Amino acid sequence: MQKVNKLQPFFENLVFERDDNTMIVNFGPQHPSAHGQLRLILELDGEMVTKATPDVGYLHRGMEKMAENMIYNEFLPTTDRMDYIAASSNNYGFALAVETLIGLEVPRRAKTIRMMLLELNRIVSHLFWLATHALDVGAMTIFLYAFREREYAMDLIEEYCGARLTHSSVRIGGVPLDLPENWITNLSKFLDKMPANLADYEGLLDKNRIWKMRLEEVGKITPEMAQTWGCSGPMLRGSGIAWDIRKEEPYELYDEVEFDVPVSDTLDSYGRYKLHMEEMRQSVKIIRQVIPMYYKSEPQIMAHAPKYISAPKEQIMTQNYSLMEHFVLVAQGMRPPVGEVYVATESPKGELGFYINSQGGAYPYRLKLRAPSFWHTSILQELLPGHYLADVVTIIGNSNIVFGEIDR
Amino acid sequence: MIETALIVETVVKAIIALAVIAGMAGFATFIERKVLAFMQRRLGPMHVGPYGLLQLAADGIKLFTKEDIIPQNVVKPIFMIAPVIAAASAFVAIAAVPYFPEFTVFGYTIHPIISDINVGLLFIMGAASVGMYAPLLAGLSSHNKWSLLGGARAVIQLLSFEVVSGLSILGPVMMIGSLSLINMNDYQIGGVANWLIWKQPLAFVLFAIAGFAETNRTPFDLIEFEAEIVSGYATEYSGMRWGLFFIGEYANMITISVLVSIIFLGGYNDIWIIPGAIAMLIKVSLWIFLFLWVRAAWPHVRPDQLMWVCWKVLMPLALINVLITGIVLV
Repeated sequence: MQKVNKLQPFFENLVFERDDNTMIVNFGPQHPSAHGQLRLILELDGEMVTKATPDVGYLHRGMEKMAENMIYNEFLPTTDRMDYIAASSNNYGFALAVETLIGLEVPRRAKTIRMMLLELNRIVSHLFWLATHALDVGAMTIFLYAFREREYAMDLIEEYCGARLTHSSVRIGGVPLDLPENWITNLSKFLDKMPANLADYEGLLDKNRIWKMRLEEVGKITPEMAQTWGCSGPMLRGSGIAWDIRKEEPYELYDEVEFDVPVSDTLDSYGRYKLHMEEMRQSVKIIRQVIPMYYKSEPQIMAHAPKYISAPKEQIMTQNYSLMEHFVLVAQGMRPPVGEVYVATESPKGELGFYINSQGGAYPYRLKLRAPSFWHTSILQELLPGHYLADVVTIIGNSNIVFGEIDR
Repeated sequence: MIETALIVETVVKAIIALAVIAGMAGFATFIERKVLAFMQRRLGPMHVGPYGLLQLAADGIKLFTKEDIIPQNVVKPIFMIAPVIAAASAFVAIAAVPYFPEFTVFGYTIHPIISDINVGLLFIMGAASVGMYAPLLAGLSSHNKWSLLGGARAVIQLLSFEVVSGLSILGPVMMIGSLSLINMNDYQIGGVANWLIWKQPLAFVLFAIAGFAETNRTPFDLIEFEAEIVSGYATEYSGMRWGLFFIGEYANMITISVLVSIIFLGGYNDIWIIPGAIAMLIKVSLWIFLFLWVRAAWPHVRPDQLMWVCWKVLMPLALINVLITGIVLV
């Protein structure tokens, strides 16, 4: 039995100096394409990977424990720091979990705004994925092209909530603000340009022979493998399984809009690349359908539930009782009923789940996050052996892992 | 007396060539950043001097004044000498390269070539392939696993493409019957129709591809591709030692551009009303622009795919080219 030593990692007999032909390299945590803080211990035979051991935890901030010492509203901005590429989807996942715990119905206008933000976040996240993935494979220009469009989408989000990276754009019970003037016009402009931009990227990559050489037949995930390792999102759909929580367990207004769930049967990285591109198109399609719904909805943006949610600002300023309630909610926090709930949403990376156990107090008794990237990192140990070192970079880039939500 | 004059002339020419090529290599880095920037919808260096022109000087000052770090556990003499090999071999190779037609200043005819040896091409290829030792020795001596991988990649890549470039150039050499670059140039006198590219198109393509691989440019720059092996053989280098690798690489790029222009694209012969010297400059510039353009547009290949391209596609084609040239000549 190996002795656990705090200074040495407790990995299975890790010997860096070897006599045979294999070599052990530390791929990260300080490696240009480690996508944050991934430490991948690779055993290389020449350039062929014979064993891969992902090691996580270099960005651990103890978010689940932090949640146990915060009132519910306090924890919401912390969720921004999980998947910082698409912060709103984390905010939303948490807000939806608390709303389900309370049993709160969100006004329709808030729902439409949330859906626009969620899909914008999906586009932002996928553009970022495309940019970094292409850079990892060496296509440097795509990186800057995709970043420009990402910038436009982030401008929209900034115009709405004032932040570009850590949005906190969703509140428990609704959204903090109605859409600013002209926002829909700007959004429509962005949506009009998006398909042409996607065609640009595809023009540079789709039939590019080197791009295809590097992606095809690389990182094949069979359906069995994907299910065994708990893949979700594009990683699962890339294995030919049409599973999208937006379709399977619709939340918000996803059952009222029409969209397809793209699936790839090639199982390889190239299939997942095509899938991501198609998902961006579907997001554009969804937002287009949501815009008329927004105009038809009542102007209320926060749910009416005085026990849990503060009244609107005007009411607080004019009515004494509302002010008192507001004071209690801010100073002591809402107290959801006793119970536990697990709510999963389809974040850009896969199934993002929040488990909350409430004992009736102002703090959650236990909060557990299910971050998709964590599962996609663990599959690397089965996926990587048999690939070349260059493919390791392709596969890590392709699996779209973000370390904020793995280590949280 | 004549010998003294010859020595003085050669030394002066060598110094001028060294200064000009080193300057051009530095300038090429600036051009590369600008061209890439414009292809990627950004501006590139803009802050130092007008349009960032003095960026070059700033970079030079930075490299020279940086601390020369030699890590622990490296094999010190080899680690220190490796970058010198890179730069020296690249500059030695230019000794046999003619750049312009000969011209007369104050009644004194100047041949813009340092040494017109009759095996010029062989000399250039030989000197350039000595440059392979630089990444190899740097990679082996650095005491770093990424450097080791980079060194290994360097050897397989450069060694393999040495074969392709050598074989592809055999066709033109057989047609011309000389290894001197001046003879090659003179063979193509008389306008665009006489360029060798029309007679040896396959050799041209093969030599160009091998040129990309030998100068370590995208899509074949696996030796120091950041996303995979950090910085390859140069991981542990900093300051001017790293800069020497860089200068060597860009000098090689210029040499390859000049070689392609002379062997296949008509050399420094006049085109229509364009004088030879300017024609040469245009050709070399276009060729360097092509290097940059490809870098902006293409991803990288994998080392095993590179080997596949080299040994299973390019080398058989080069052999076929030699065979066909032989049959046609006989």
